[in-house]
Amino acid sequence: MRRRISRFLALLREFYDAPHRGALARAKREEDDLFMLLVFSEMMGVPNPASYHTLELLPLLYEEFHEWHVRMGMERSPLDHIRCC
Amino acid sequence: MSALLLVVLGLGGFTLGYFFYSKFISERIFQLDPAFVTPAHAQEDGVDFVPTNRWVLWGHHFTSVAGAAPIVGPAIAVIWGWLPAFLWVVFGTVFFAGIHDAGALWASARNRGKSMGALTESVVGRKARSLFMIVIFLLLLMVNAVFAIIIARLFVDFPSSVIPAWFVIAVALAIGWLLYRRGVALLWPSIIALILLYASMWVGDAFPVALPGAIAGIDVPAQWVLLLFAYAAVASLLPVWMLLQPRDYINGLQLFVGLAIFFVAVILAAPNVVAPAVNSNLPADVPAFFPLLFVTIACGAISGFHGLVSSGTTSKQLDKETDVRFVGFLGATGEGALALAAIIACTAGFATLAEWEGFYQSFTSGGLGAFVQGGGSIIANGLGLPQHFGETLLAVMAVLFAATTMDTGVRLQRYIIQEWGSIYGIHRLTGRYLSTGIAVVACLALAFGAGGGAGTGGLVIWPLFGTTNQLLAALTLLVLSVFLMKLGRRSRFTLVPFLFLITMATWALLVQLRQFWEREQYFLVFLDLVILVATIFVVLESMGALRQAHAARGAERASVGRGGGGTGAGPGS
Repeated sequence: MRRRISRFLALLREFYDAPHRGALARAKREEDDLFMLLVFSEMMGVPNPASYHTLELLPLLYEEFHEWHVRMGMERSPLDHIRCC
Repeated sequence: MSALLLVVLGLGGFTLGYFFYSKFISERIFQLDPAFVTPAHAQEDGVDFVPTNRWVLWGHHFTSVAGAAPIVGPAIAVIWGWLPAFLWVVFGTVFFAGIHDAGALWASARNRGKSMGALTESVVGRKARSLFMIVIFLLLLMVNAVFAIIIARLFVDFPSSVIPAWFVIAVALAIGWLLYRRGVALLWPSIIALILLYASMWVGDAFPVALPGAIAGIDVPAQWVLLLFAYAAVASLLPVWMLLQPRDYINGLQLFVGLAIFFVAVILAAPNVVAPAVNSNLPADVPAFFPLLFVTIACGAISGFHGLVSSGTTSKQLDKETDVRFVGFLGATGEGALALAAIIACTAGFATLAEWEGFYQSFTSGGLGAFVQGGGSIIANGLGLPQHFGETLLAVMAVLFAATTMDTGVRLQRYIIQEWGSIYGIHRLTGRYLSTGIAVVACLALAFGAGGGAGTGGLVIWPLFGTTNQLLAALTLLVLSVFLMKLGRRSRFTLVPFLFLITMATWALLVQLRQFWEREQYFLVFLDLVILVATIFVVLESMGALRQAHAARGAERASVGRGGGGTGAGPGS
């Protein structure tokens, strides 16, 4: 019985989530892209007063950076210092 | 005659249709294959392409296609008597809508989850695709304008619905915040939201809200229309998780609860159908039911909008190909059941024939008013509730359906305008504020252009909306027929509905064109002409595509025949 209830709740949650999964993921991606731009801004010649802190974030964003430049239509990394591929 | 008989015959017809006709179509025509790898698995990305349980998928499909339209259409159409509307809903759902919805789902799943627009381009041609976009845009335009007018009218006629209808927005915002920001589990917020919704109906019942009166020459319904579009513009700009998602969800729950309440009430009250089977005492302005019936009831019998949902989102989440039958056919059946409920409410919810005729004094005067009043009295009798609470319940249900569709409609229109902006390189159009503004202004122009300042005659465009919807359905059926022909399967099960729909749509357009011209509604004449031209193009394009597919099939057969005879001649011999 308990398993049935938890299964029903999982389905209910899916009923809530599924129709808007795409729209939410796209909105999140847009926000992530902006964040990425902030973190990498110094290297692109945009002065960033918080670069002392954002530098620390670089290694964490390494993989995402690769995905980002591929999605933006650049086959290779656009930044000289970062050779992700 | 008892309304129970209509319930039994209608639901029985749907059941037979599901067990026999849909089985035949799924096995013999679509040849659904449980081993086929659906796009949800082949292209799984966790975002658009996600294999989803078939019950959940059916729930979505049903709640996104069922709205105010399957209520308004039948509510207007029963003016010809209950029999024509009833027959068209039952047969339309089984033989038209089922195969249309399931077919769009199947064709899209077989084509890497492409949307109907993209499928049209690859199966019929580029021109048809552009046509498709225009038809969709017009459809959204009309649906937003008509629904705003419908809600405004409900607010004026049933002021008790105002508080619950707006209160739901606060509930939705709270749920969105709880789930998205606080990570609360879904169960309790859902239960509390439903309790609050029905409790707010009691409050609304006790405190009906009416706007004070005309301000600066704008009368009350028009004020509501303006307010509703202001709301829709803001709602469509907010992040999806904040309002649209929880609102859709509450609306879905409310749909299931509302339908259950209604059918239980019909069974308990067993009201008599007072309306005539075929109305011989028609008011003067009612057009002949052939062909207008078939465009007045679009959703609930067959609607092109379903194909967009089927191919747009549902097909990308299909777990197994055999689920097409369950999701597609049963989704259409669910909407048929809603249309059936509307027919019963509008024909059996009155004490006498004279009372019924009082509602149906002109073509567009009955409509939702009859649904709310008639259905309200059935619920009141069946469940022992006060009459006006039953009315409030149904009025709120109709308002919520229409308002949720408006939210989504304005958003979709914005996407289309943005897409046009990027296709034609008009950068400013791609901004969200300008594109939303254009969408809203276009809708307002139609709402006031058709209905006048009073916002009362807006239902005039209802049949035109139905016609556009049927045109879209015809286009989808055509794409399906061509697709089936190319696969060498029997295409008559989609081709016959296609021919029927395109004939009815064209005929209805001509009838309405004359009507609008005689009444000097030139804006509608223009709109009618645009749709007529689109229809003619659809017919021409379809004839070309069908001839090609037929020729290709003939050539294939001939070559198979030659190969079988052992006298196959090589090229150039």
